[in-house]
Amino acid sequence: MKKRLKNNLSTNEMIVVYIIFGLSMLIGIVNPVFFGTATLISLSRSMLVTLIFAICEMIVIISGGIDVSFPAISCISLYATIKFLLFTGLDSPILAFAMAGLIGMAFGALNAFLIVRFKIAPLIATLGVSSVVNGATLAFLGTDEISNIPDNIDQLSKAFIYTYTSPDGITYQLTALILIPIAVCIAAYVILKFTMLGRGIYAIGGDKNAARIAGFNVTKIQFIIYMTSGFFAGIGGITYMILMRQASPQVLMGSEMMVIAAVVVGGTRITGGHGTVIGTILGVSLITLVQNNLIMLGVPTHFQTFVVGMIIVIGTSITSIRAKKIANSAKV
Amino acid sequence: MADAFLRLENIKKSFGGVHALKGVDLTINSGEIHCLAGENGCGKSTLIKVISGAHDATEGSIYIDGKKINHLDPIDSIRMGIQVIYQDFAVFPNLSVAENIAMNRALMTGAKRMQWKKARQLALEAMEQIGAHIDPDILVERLSVANKQMVAICRAIINDAKLLILDEPTTALTAKEVEKLNIIIRRLKAKGMAIVIVNHKMNEIYEIADRLTILRNGENVATGLIEEFDKVRFIKCLTGRDIDEVTYRPEKSEQEILKVSHLTKEGVFQDVNFTLHRGDVLGITGLLGSGRGEIGDALFGIAPADKGTILLNGVEIEIKSVMDAVKHKIGYVPEDRLTQGLFLDRSIQDNTVSASIQKYLTKGRLNHSEMYRVTEEWIRKIGCAAPSPKPNIRTLSGGNAQKMVIAKWLNTNPDLLILNGPTVGVDVGSKSDIHKILHNLASKGVGIIIISDDLQELIQNCNKILVMKNGKPSGELNAGDLDEITLTKLLSGK
Repeated sequence: MKKRLKNNLSTNEMIVVYIIFGLSMLIGIVNPVFFGTATLISLSRSMLVTLIFAICEMIVIISGGIDVSFPAISCISLYATIKFLLFTGLDSPILAFAMAGLIGMAFGALNAFLIVRFKIAPLIATLGVSSVVNGATLAFLGTDEISNIPDNIDQLSKAFIYTYTSPDGITYQLTALILIPIAVCIAAYVILKFTMLGRGIYAIGGDKNAARIAGFNVTKIQFIIYMTSGFFAGIGGITYMILMRQASPQVLMGSEMMVIAAVVVGGTRITGGHGTVIGTILGVSLITLVQNNLIMLGVPTHFQTFVVGMIIVIGTSITSIRAKKIANSAKV
Repeated sequence: MADAFLRLENIKKSFGGVHALKGVDLTINSGEIHCLAGENGCGKSTLIKVISGAHDATEGSIYIDGKKINHLDPIDSIRMGIQVIYQDFAVFPNLSVAENIAMNRALMTGAKRMQWKKARQLALEAMEQIGAHIDPDILVERLSVANKQMVAICRAIINDAKLLILDEPTTALTAKEVEKLNIIIRRLKAKGMAIVIVNHKMNEIYEIADRLTILRNGENVATGLIEEFDKVRFIKCLTGRDIDEVTYRPEKSEQEILKVSHLTKEGVFQDVNFTLHRGDVLGITGLLGSGRGEIGDALFGIAPADKGTILLNGVEIEIKSVMDAVKHKIGYVPEDRLTQGLFLDRSIQDNTVSASIQKYLTKGRLNHSEMYRVTEEWIRKIGCAAPSPKPNIRTLSGGNAQKMVIAKWLNTNPDLLILNGPTVGVDVGSKSDIHKILHNLASKGVGIIIISDDLQELIQNCNKILVMKNGKPSGELNAGDLDEITLTKLLSGK
């Protein structure tokens, strides 16, 4: 019993919790304003889109792959959708999400096709697709920033599920869009833990050949994984557009490294087979916390990148050392 | 035959232009233990993959339960009751024991949901049946080889298997574990299951088999009841030539090659002493975890010893790292050649020169033609069936690959060669070749240490044997005074 408790207190997830706790204490001591509902609301808003991406990225990494194309897919999905809506005059949030999701899914299928059929390494395949997609967006769809979002869709940015008024009269509102990553997290948790599809994803990440022998349809599962990742890239793109109330064709480019870092800091092994939804939520929280609130410590903005980098290096080192320790430990 | 569960007729399979199977007939009856023997590269693995649905036969017919099967997918094969336990067990290291055991059943029944409680219960039941006691909640990556195999067997039997195929099940097991495995296999046979065991350790086959089929070069050369085969016919069928395994008894010599005194690594092995004279081949054996392999690791500096002295050719040497060992001309053929001994995706040439690459470096450039010539020479000298130094080492069979691992170290002109399980997964013909090479080296004054759990191999090929038990060595035993039974008793301490 004692041993189990000890194990629970030293999991990868708990290490991230300790770091988050320590960092929060540090920021809070320097700047007591940090401790408050306002911080929670602004953090939630900042990590919302990242979390959608991170959960999908985690699933891809668990299966032994990697996807660096989601920012590009996200951008083309949101940009093509908004252009289409403005051109046709249609104004439906459901249509916007559905269309962006489907566009994303199509590119996800392309990723899966390259990886499964041509056996291209996932990093290279998605890197290539990323470049192609990003280039296509700029070449065929244009480079304008669009801020005249159709009204019904734009309304969503003003939908709130919780309002908090601070003692000094400033109101903070929690956007309803937070429900999307919450739903994604819950769905991912249930699928990964309680369905054979989910266990198949872990199995493929553990040993692809063994998974095939066991009778998993590895091809099908890989298609599902990359298409899901593409689909939610599209959904994440539209969510981001609504949140920011503008659309631009490059806005999310470059976010892939931060997302992968958050996933890996959350205890997912980059080599596949291991990873949890809770860990990823914590990883995203930690990275967002650093990006958002380090300024409260008086750390200059350019220095934040350095700190984020340090956290990635230290966080992943801990995960990696632990994995190595397990590999070298006595076998039972 | 009425109770034939599986019948193969004229199965052919080719990869590109290579014919792996050239028309194999095989009949497996329910309730029999059928051994499939053959040297590496004879097509056993391919045949199994055809039966399990992993490969499509190019030609030929498969009948299961009397019905002709046109196309076999892995999942079809499992549904029809065929279970294969591969050499690497095909378990998932990142999943728990319970999940590993229950996974196939869930897939077979087409379940969509993962039922954790049921999985755990199934796992416990299956382990009960074969008498294994493993914590169902720990991850398989933390299990020993023998326990991984237990997991694989549990997984197979809960699927109501009608035919269980074990691909070289005993390679990584100790004698005691093999006995336990045989009990389990006989129990499964009594339930009416058909069992196919791929093996080429002759004594183990005689121990367990009812019937025997021998493959050679993709054809079945003989099938029959085990009683119809005596050892001579067996080996003749297996190799196509006559093999004489002689017992190695060198001339006595007073020249000390290696003297190890009081070698200790805390918690692993204590106070190990032995002396190798010119011509001596020392065997070190012991159960898994007894410290037998760790002595090799210590002498080669992988996990250096804490205390003790090592005298090599009369000079005291200190080994704190692999670099030290290489500097003092020590070679090490590791237990697992696939992960530790070879660069699988590199050519035979690259592998052969990899431990002695400095020799071919002049003015910052590698002398490729010299490397090619040397490799070619080794291929010839060591009797490896490779067409040239160029192909990937992956394309070689286990026995041939192992010969090249040995060649790699011989090319460094070692003074001491340590071999951990040198003939694991190596066929009879190559095995005898490898032994001859080792004896030859010993007589030339190279110290040879063989670490193995193949007792017969040790008795035949070593003149001195050291038995490890819980990290403590027996004294040096004279192999001439030992037979397998006394050695087994020493091992288990009974």
